[in-house]
Amino acid sequence: MNLINWFRYASPQSFYPLAGRMIPLFWILALLFGAAGLWVSFFVAPTDAQQGEGYRIIFVHVPASWMSMVIYLAMAFWAGLGLALNTRLSSMMAQALAPTGALMAALSLITGAFWGKPMWGTWWVWDARLTSELILFFLYVGFIALQSAIDDPRRADKAGAILALIGVVNVPIIYFSVKWWNTLHQGSSINLTRAPSMAQTMLLGMLLMALAFWMYSIAVSLLRLRAIMLERERHSEWVKHALE
Amino acid sequence: MNALMAAARRDVLLALRRRADVLTAIFFFVMVVSLFPLGIGPEPALLKKIAPGVLWVAALLATLLGLPRLFHADYLDGTLEQMALSPSPLALLIAGKMLAHWLLCGLPLVILAPVLGLQFGLDAASLGMLSFSLLLGTPLLSLIGAMGAALTLGVRGGGVLLAVLVLPLYIPTLIFGAGAVAAESAGLGAEGHLSLLAALLALAVFFAPWATTAALRIALE
Repeated sequence: MNLINWFRYASPQSFYPLAGRMIPLFWILALLFGAAGLWVSFFVAPTDAQQGEGYRIIFVHVPASWMSMVIYLAMAFWAGLGLALNTRLSSMMAQALAPTGALMAALSLITGAFWGKPMWGTWWVWDARLTSELILFFLYVGFIALQSAIDDPRRADKAGAILALIGVVNVPIIYFSVKWWNTLHQGSSINLTRAPSMAQTMLLGMLLMALAFWMYSIAVSLLRLRAIMLERERHSEWVKHALE
Repeated sequence: MNALMAAARRDVLLALRRRADVLTAIFFFVMVVSLFPLGIGPEPALLKKIAPGVLWVAALLATLLGLPRLFHADYLDGTLEQMALSPSPLALLIAGKMLAHWLLCGLPLVILAPVLGLQFGLDAASLGMLSFSLLLGTPLLSLIGAMGAALTLGVRGGGVLLAVLVLPLYIPTLIFGAGAVAAESAGLGAEGHLSLLAALLALAVFFAPWATTAALRIALE
């Protein structure tokens, strides 16, 4: 019956070498997609009729926003799995994902400001999406702060998992409340979806960049995961062998 | 239900025998609200416009003050462990403690807010709406805050960390609570905001004691 051992890679000992083999692969893919994406977005994609050259920041901005949301879901998923099944590696994965997610949220906010200044004439508006992205960044900061304030790693994992799950329940509530707040207070002065249907090459550039961001996030999270594994399991026999 | 009431009664009694803690939070609320006109200027039209937001943000911060105390003393002297071992479900006892927190830190704000609202020149209808929105919203603040208090129990830098964890989760409550008062002042109906606030409260009453219990069990391990 037991054809596949689903938990083979759930132990740090067997996942550590596998992660070591996967990281170079994801770095190469990230570089390839990144090079192709940058080439398309700078040399192939046409100049936008309304926004000029400035619109090209979206090739970084949109993938970063996507990643910031996807990583939060992934983080909550692994944290929840760690809480439910008591698997060490899942909680370590959640811990490894958080800084990358926070980075993506910050990058999305900063590039958004760079885009907003020439397009809207202002660095920041209290638009629903901007505000909820900012709150998502706060949620990442809370998760990282809570985990680093607790010395016992098992307790840090479980407390972080509960916080991540509370956060996941709250993200849609926060998003819709901010959206309704925004429409009630200032009307639809600025609409992000106003842009005319995108040229094919623009979409291609954005998708390539999104793939590059995915690959980068996976590579760097695995790298961080390997470091966390070594740190937490430093008293065990396999770490001594792995480092030889 | 008896267990819930007993836990609530115990916390209220304890607080009433040491009134300073509760009164400090209430005076904090009054002082923060009074600082805004001093910082912004005394124009009545502007003050009337910012009143709902100022009162709501101050209420948010004032309930935050009482949260670190919610479980801390019981955690230190072992009462919390006895609660976890007791035959009545821990979630019920925790719900009782949440109720006590609301009675001590939330209800006084509901009563005081209209008086402070008068200083900002709110009319009678808006004052009533302010009280009503706080009546619906402050229990929500206690429920959400208790989850943060349980997660940060016995943790380094607990108080500041608690604020960082809890304040983002308070945002929907702030939006609908202050929004209800603003809508009432503007002559629009506030029913939508109040319904959403009540919906959030119903959700939190169901989930928050449960999540808080899970977090407390981790702290007690």
